[in-house]
Amino acid sequence: MNDLKSVAERLQRQFPQDVLAVTEFRGDLAVSVRKSALRAVGRFLKEEPELGFDYIVHVSSVDYPTELERFEVVYEVYSIRRRQRIRIKTRTGEADCAVDSLSGVWYGANFMEREVYDMMGIRFHGHPDLRRILMPDEYEEGFPLRKDFPLQGRGWRDTFEFLEPQTGQPAQGKTP
Amino acid sequence: MTADRFTGEAGLVTLTIEQAVNWARKGSLWPMTFGLACCAIEMMTAVSSRYDIDRYGAGVFRASPRQSDLMIVSGTVCRRMAPFIRKVYDQMPEPRYVISMGSCATSGNIYDSYSVVQGVDRFVPVDIYVPGCPPTPEALFDGIMKLQEKIMRQKVFSPKTVTAPS
Repeated sequence: MNDLKSVAERLQRQFPQDVLAVTEFRGDLAVSVRKSALRAVGRFLKEEPELGFDYIVHVSSVDYPTELERFEVVYEVYSIRRRQRIRIKTRTGEADCAVDSLSGVWYGANFMEREVYDMMGIRFHGHPDLRRILMPDEYEEGFPLRKDFPLQGRGWRDTFEFLEPQTGQPAQGKTP
Repeated sequence: MTADRFTGEAGLVTLTIEQAVNWARKGSLWPMTFGLACCAIEMMTAVSSRYDIDRYGAGVFRASPRQSDLMIVSGTVCRRMAPFIRKVYDQMPEPRYVISMGSCATSGNIYDSYSVVQGVDRFVPVDIYVPGCPPTPEALFDGIMKLQEKIMRQKVFSPKTVTAPS
C-alpha cells in the first residue's frame, strides 16, 4: 500500500496544478484530475518506466445530476508488472460534454469510450471512431443511463419495424 | 386398438385422419435453438440425460429455422433482438409453434427498462406461456405437453388453423 501511495505522490509532484484529489478506499487509490490534463496524466502513468500502468481495465462514467460539473469519467488502469491498479477520475459539465480520449494511450479504451458515449453522451476528443456501440446507430431518444432519462425509455422498445418475408417490404401492422 | 403385445400380431386402430396427422405432428416437435439468457440453461438441462426432452419427441434441436416446428423463446428479449426473432419466426415452415419460456419472454419480468421488450407476444404469436424465473425443466415439459394437447385439438383441414398468423 505504501508503494501505491508513492504513485500518488509521484503524480502530485508531476502535476501539482492538475491533481485535484487523491482518495483511498479499501486499498484502492483514486486520483481526480483536471479535464485538461487527462491525456498527460494517462501518458505519464503508462510511459514512465517505474510506473508502467500498461493495461486499461475499464472505462465508465457517473452522472451526478445536482452538481455543477455533472459527469464524471472513470478510467481504471492496471500495472501488470507492479500488480497495482489506480483509478483516474475527471469531471465535465453538461454544456461542453467532452473529455480527451485516452484511446491514443491505451488502444483498449476505444470500445469502452464508445460505450460511455453511447450510454451517457460524453464525447471524446480525438477518438478514432466515436459511434454508438450498444444501441443502434439510428437510435434517437438520447442517452439511456443519464439520470434524467426516463427509466422505461421514450417508446423505442415498443416500436417494431418488420419486413414481409415474401416481398421484403415493410410489414404493416403485423403484430398479433 | 387391438394388438397382441407378445406375438406382435397386427391389430386395428380406428381414428380420424385429422387425429393421425395431429398425433404425428405432436410427436416430432423439432425445436429451434433459441437461447437468449439464463432460461436457456434450463432448456439445455431439459435436453440432458437426466430429464431427456426426447421422450416428448422434442429433442432434435435444429440450428436452422427452416427445419424446426417449435421456437422456444427462452430468455430476456431485447429490442435489438426483436427483428431477428421475427425473421427466424417468418422463416419457419407452417405449422409452427412458439413457447414463451420464463417471465422475461412472457412479460419482460423485472426489466421494465428502455431496451427490454415487454413480452415476446408483442411481435410473435405465442401458443404456450411457461411461467418461472427460470422455469424448471419439468415446467418446460409441462408447457410442451400443453402444446401437444393444443396440437391434438387442431383442425387440420379447416382453412383457419389454430396458429395462423393474424
